[in-house]
Amino acid sequence: MCGIVGIYLKSRKFEKDLGKMLSGMLINMESRGPDSAGFAIYKKEKKAEFKYSVCINNLVFEKFKKDISKQIKFTSILKNSDHVILSSKEKPKKVLAILNEFKGVSLVGYGKSIEIFKQIGNPKEVVKKFNLENFSGTHGIGHTRMATESAITTDGSHPYSTGSDECLVHNGSLSNHNNLRRDLTKKGVSFKSENDTEVAAGYISNHLSNKKNLKETLKSGLSDLDGFYTFITGTRKGFAIVRDEIACKPAVVAETKDYVAIASEFQAMAHLPGVNMAKIFEPEPGIVYSWGK
Amino acid sequence: MKLDLRKLKLRKVNETLQSIDLKRNNKSYTILNPEGNHAICAGLTDDIDVTVKGHVGYYCGGMNQNANITVEGNVGTGVAENMMSGRIHVKGNASQSAGATAHGGFLIIDGDASSRCGISMKGIDIVVKGSVGHMSAFMAQSGNLVVCGDAGEALGDSLYETDIYIKGKVKSLGADCIEKKMDNKHLKKLDKLLKKAKLDKLKPKDFKRYGSARKLYNFKIDNVSNY
Repeated sequence: MCGIVGIYLKSRKFEKDLGKMLSGMLINMESRGPDSAGFAIYKKEKKAEFKYSVCINNLVFEKFKKDISKQIKFTSILKNSDHVILSSKEKPKKVLAILNEFKGVSLVGYGKSIEIFKQIGNPKEVVKKFNLENFSGTHGIGHTRMATESAITTDGSHPYSTGSDECLVHNGSLSNHNNLRRDLTKKGVSFKSENDTEVAAGYISNHLSNKKNLKETLKSGLSDLDGFYTFITGTRKGFAIVRDEIACKPAVVAETKDYVAIASEFQAMAHLPGVNMAKIFEPEPGIVYSWGK
Repeated sequence: MKLDLRKLKLRKVNETLQSIDLKRNNKSYTILNPEGNHAICAGLTDDIDVTVKGHVGYYCGGMNQNANITVEGNVGTGVAENMMSGRIHVKGNASQSAGATAHGGFLIIDGDASSRCGISMKGIDIVVKGSVGHMSAFMAQSGNLVVCGDAGEALGDSLYETDIYIKGKVKSLGADCIEKKMDNKHLKKLDKLLKKAKLDKLKPKDFKRYGSARKLYNFKIDNVSNY
């Protein structure tokens, strides 16, 4: 079991409330995933800048800030609990290489608008820790984890970054992840954990870097990824959901004129404004649904 | 009597509904603010009327006996699972496994039901006014499944003796499920079920009947060499 949630705003009406809406959704999904939680928020972007979300674990922020600034120029370095959002006008390739080599930190995501935060602990504690309620933005996705096939660690928490401004959350389990991990490693994809979702994320980023679009990638995933899953993938301008053909893992969508909300269970979205008047449906198995671009 | 789930704990609401002294109390109850909670109205045993105002979560009305439950919204997985008797009316859509393993009673779904509707049903009558998803009536043993819309893939896979009536298209039939002749006996039974669901305008002859070919009942001795 795990809980997955997502919200995409169709109008600007709720932009300031996005964090509040998403935080309620995550807290309501505590029953499906009490071990760890995480979320990706898409904010308004600054044209020439890329943002890097890193977890600095036990490092002292001031020291990290000093040391990383020696290596590359950042326009801002903002601390949020044990996560840091670094902004830079430098090319992502250069920055990523430095961050990946930097000892004691884990890069959790990057892009022009995405910020990712994830940590072990109860969803209630995690959203409080990162002050999710105060976030504004255009869309966001989140995850509450009940760990099954790998350890409860930050690296085992979702969302997983799948590329620039792209991320993935997963409810389910993959049965062919070891084989896939071996194949993808040969193709140059690297993995941090034994987690099955990280393999799915690696699979998606590998396809996307080979110039396939997200919809095509998710469609080919339906035949390449064996197991039970509901995936939500976030992109710079929207999000998508897909369920495997057996569709044992739940999902419900609520759409109003102002937003589209996705969750494992309706109770995750019961607090959203106007949800009782929303068009509510269950995504059909094996079909990719997407909103935004 | 109104029971507000924002003010009362779910367990308290269910306990109240499970232990009603009908000689002293009213027969009608309304549940407010269900907000997707699970197991609402599970395990009711008395002949009472309960209206749930809003969307509910999993296993609503599970194990129901005698109660008449109306949900003015959508229901999550396993509505009326293992129902023994009584009636559950869903005014919205139902998620997967509606009426799973239910022995008796009547389940009406005004909207669509998703996958595995009536899985392993053991005597319940289910009427879905919309369509049903894949693997509906999987291993269904007895009772009737009536669908006024379409049915998804593998309808009635590994079916026993449930009668399935579908008005629309069937995407595919599951193993051992075949279309069967609709004789007078079946027309009468279907007519009764449609009337019970207040679908008087629908004509039984517009439906097709599906059931078990009974080829999976016994081991085929011709296959012995495969082992």
